Amino acid sequence: MGNKIVKKKQLTDSIYLMDIEAPRVAKASNPGQFIIIKNDEKGERIPLTIADYNNEEGTVSIVFQTVGASTKQLETFEEGDYVADFVGPLGMPSEFVEEDINELKNKKIIFVAGGVGAAPVYPQVKWLKENGIDADVIIGSRTKNLLIFEEEMREVAGNLYVCTDDGTYGFNGRVTDCLKDLVENQGKKYDQAVVIGPMIMMKFMCMLTKELNIPTTVSLNPIMVDGTGMCGACRVNVGGEIKFACVDGPEFDGHLVNFDESMRRQAMYKTEEGRATLKIEEGDTHHHGGCGCGGN
Amino acid sequence: MSKVKIPVRQQEAEVRVTNFEEVCLGYNKEEAMKEASRCLECKKPKCVSGCPVEVNIPGFIGKLKEGDIEGAAKVIAKDSSLPAVCGRVCPQENQCEGLCVLGIKSDAVSIGKLEKFVADYSREQNFDLAKTEEANNRKVAVIGSGPAGLACAGDLAKMGYDVTIFEAMHEPGGVLTYGIPEFRLPKDGVVKPEIQNIKSLGVKIETNVIIGRTITIDELLNEEGFEAVFVGSGAGLPKFMGIPGENANGVCSANEFLTRVNLMKAYKEDYMTPVRSGKNVAVIGGGNVAMDAARTAARLGSKTHIVYRRSEAELPARLEEVHHAKEEGVIFDTLTNPTEILVDEKGEVKGMVCVKMELGEPDASGRRRPEVIENSDFIMEVDTVIMALGTSPNPLITSTTKGLDINKWECIVADDNGVTSREGVFAGGDAVTGAATVISAMGAGRKAAKAINEYLKNKEANACNL
Repeated sequence: MGNKIVKKKQLTDSIYLMDIEAPRVAKASNPGQFIIIKNDEKGERIPLTIADYNNEEGTVSIVFQTVGASTKQLETFEEGDYVADFVGPLGMPSEFVEEDINELKNKKIIFVAGGVGAAPVYPQVKWLKENGIDADVIIGSRTKNLLIFEEEMREVAGNLYVCTDDGTYGFNGRVTDCLKDLVENQGKKYDQAVVIGPMIMMKFMCMLTKELNIPTTVSLNPIMVDGTGMCGACRVNVGGEIKFACVDGPEFDGHLVNFDESMRRQAMYKTEEGRATLKIEEGDTHHHGGCGCGGN
Repeated sequence: MSKVKIPVRQQEAEVRVTNFEEVCLGYNKEEAMKEASRCLECKKPKCVSGCPVEVNIPGFIGKLKEGDIEGAAKVIAKDSSLPAVCGRVCPQENQCEGLCVLGIKSDAVSIGKLEKFVADYSREQNFDLAKTEEANNRKVAVIGSGPAGLACAGDLAKMGYDVTIFEAMHEPGGVLTYGIPEFRLPKDGVVKPEIQNIKSLGVKIETNVIIGRTITIDELLNEEGFEAVFVGSGAGLPKFMGIPGENANGVCSANEFLTRVNLMKAYKEDYMTPVRSGKNVAVIGGGNVAMDAARTAARLGSKTHIVYRRSEAELPARLEEVHHAKEEGVIFDTLTNPTEILVDEKGEVKGMVCVKMELGEPDASGRRRPEVIENSDFIMEVDTVIMALGTSPNPLITSTTKGLDINKWECIVADDNGVTSREGVFAGGDAVTGAATVISAMGAGRKAAKAINEYLKNKEANACNL
C-alpha cells in the first residue's frame, strides 16, 4: 500500500519533517532528487525535496515549511494518516552520484544551505560521507530558532559552519558573508560549491562564487504540476536554453541560471495561492463555529 | 429509408460555453434504432476496414436494429475495450464513416454516435461484458494507462494473462484524463467507468509509478517476474516555439493548461490547483489540442483566439471541433504567426508580435509552405498565450532501458505488431508514432497484445522442447 505518515516531527514553528511509507520510492532514491505529494482527492501536486530515505524501513523523509494552502493542510496530518499520492523519485540525481569516487575524493566541496534548504543538502552530504568524502557545510538561517538539521549535519559534514542573519547563533551574517570569510580570511579553498535554498539566496551566492571562481551547482524549485516533463510549467532558462527543472534538473550550473526570470515565474500564482490560503483560514473559523464554544 | 442521418441532440452553444458538461447529448434508444435502420449491412463492409480495431460494425448495428442493445454491446466488446470513449473522440469521418457506402450519395451512417449510444446504454444498464479465458498466471506489465495501454491490457486480460498497468500520474487514463476536456469526454461519467470495466477483467493498475525513475523496465523483467512489457507511454513532451518572451508569466503549454483544468479540476472552486486564463487568450496551433485548449479557455470566461500559421483549409483539427469552437465564440486568426511575446515590467504577458503569412509552393510533404509576408507585423493584445504546437515522446523510458532503439524523433522503433529491438519489450501508440489519435493507439495496443501472446506461447513451447 504505502503513503502512510509513519513519523511527524515539528522542527521549528513552521517547519515539519515527515517520514512517509513508500518502499518503491525509498529503494530508488538518490541524493538530489525530489518527490511530488498530493494531500487528498482535491489537493494540488506539490514538489518537495527528499531529505532522507531508508530502504530497509521503506520510508522517505520530506521536510516542508508551511507557506501556502497545501503545506498548511499537510501540517494538520498526523502520524498514521495517509496522503493520497506520493510519487518519485523525480529529477536527476546529483552529478557526483555518477562521478568517479577517487576523483571526487580529491575535490574540496562546500555545501551551502539556506533555511529549509538544509533538508535536501543533508542526503547529499550523507552520501558523500558514506563514500569516504568529508564535505564542508554552511547552514544559514534568519535567526536561531529557524535552524534545522544542525545535529544531523554535524554527524556527516567535514566542517560545519552555522550562521544567522541576526547573530543569535553561530557566525553573525548571511551565508555569503560566511563563505567569503572562509575563503578570504581562513585560507579555505573549494573546487565545487552546491547551494540550495531560497532563489534569492542562490542568486547572491552564485554572484559571489563567480567572483571567487568556484564552480557552483544550485537546486531550483520552480512551480511544477506533473513533475515528469509533460507540461513545462517548471521551465527555466539555463545558459540561454529552455530546460525543464523536473527532468533536466532540479540541479543546474548556478552561473548559467537566469535567476530573475525564475523568481518572477515562481510568483506567477501568488494571488491564487493567497486566495486559497484565505479560504482555508476562513474555513477553519467556520469549522470551529466562530464563537469557540464548539457547539456544546 | 432516410437519406440524411438522424440528427444528434446537443447543448446549445450559448449555454454550453458557460459549463463543462458534455456538448453532445447523444441518441436515445428510439433515435438510435432509427439511425441503425439506415445501415445496409453490407456483405463486404468497408466501414470495418476503416476502424483501427476492426469492430464488427454491421454486426452490432444489426443487433441494434432489433433493439437488442446488450447483444450489440457484446459484439463491440469483442474488439474494443473503450467504446464509450471511441464513439466520442474518434475522427469517424476519416475512418469507419468515411468508408460507408451510403456516404457516396447521401449521409454515411452515424457509426460513432451509435457506438456511443450502445456503450452509454450498456453502462447505465450494467450489462456484464467481462469475459476472460482461464487465468494462466503469467505476468505482463503495461506501461502507461492511456488508450494504447488500456487496449493492450484489456486484450491480454481476456486471454488469461495477469496484467499490471503502471501509471505515472495519480489517475489512470492518460490523455483521456488529463488532455481531452470534460465537455467532450466526461471523466466521472465515461472515462472512470470505462477504466473500471478493464479492471473488472482482472487488470491491476498501479498509479504514481514512473518507469525510469521509480522502477526500470529491466527491474520489472529481472526482479518482479514480468515476462513481457508493453510500452504505451505516449508522446507527452510539449514543444515550444523558441521565440523571445516565451518564458513570461502567462505563457504555458496546452498540456499544462489542460492538465490543470482536466486532471486537477482547477475550474472547480473546491479543488486546490489554480489555473490562469486571462481576459484575452491566444492559443497557438490548429490541431485538436488547440481546439480543446481554446474551448476550455472560453468556458473559463476568456475571449479566445486560435492563431494558426496556415489557412483554415489546412487546420489539422476535426471539422466538428472547429465548428463547435466557432459556435462558442472562438476567434480564428489564420495565416498568422507569433514572432515575439511582449512582456510588461512585472514579467507578465502584455501582447504578442505577429506576422501575416501566405501559402507558397507545396513542399516535399505536399503541403503548401507558409511564408512570411514582409512588413506585415502587428501587435495582438493578449495576456495569456497557450502553446499547442504538438508533442513528442518523453525520453525518460528509452534513456533508462538497455537495448531499446529509438529514431531521431525519440520515438521507439517498433514494427507493425509492436515488436521492438529488445526481446520481450513491445511498444505502441504515440510512443512509437509520435502524437496521433486515440483509436490508432488502441489499434496498436491490440496488435501488440496479439504479438505478446504469440511471443509468450512460443517461449513456453521452446522451453518445453529443451
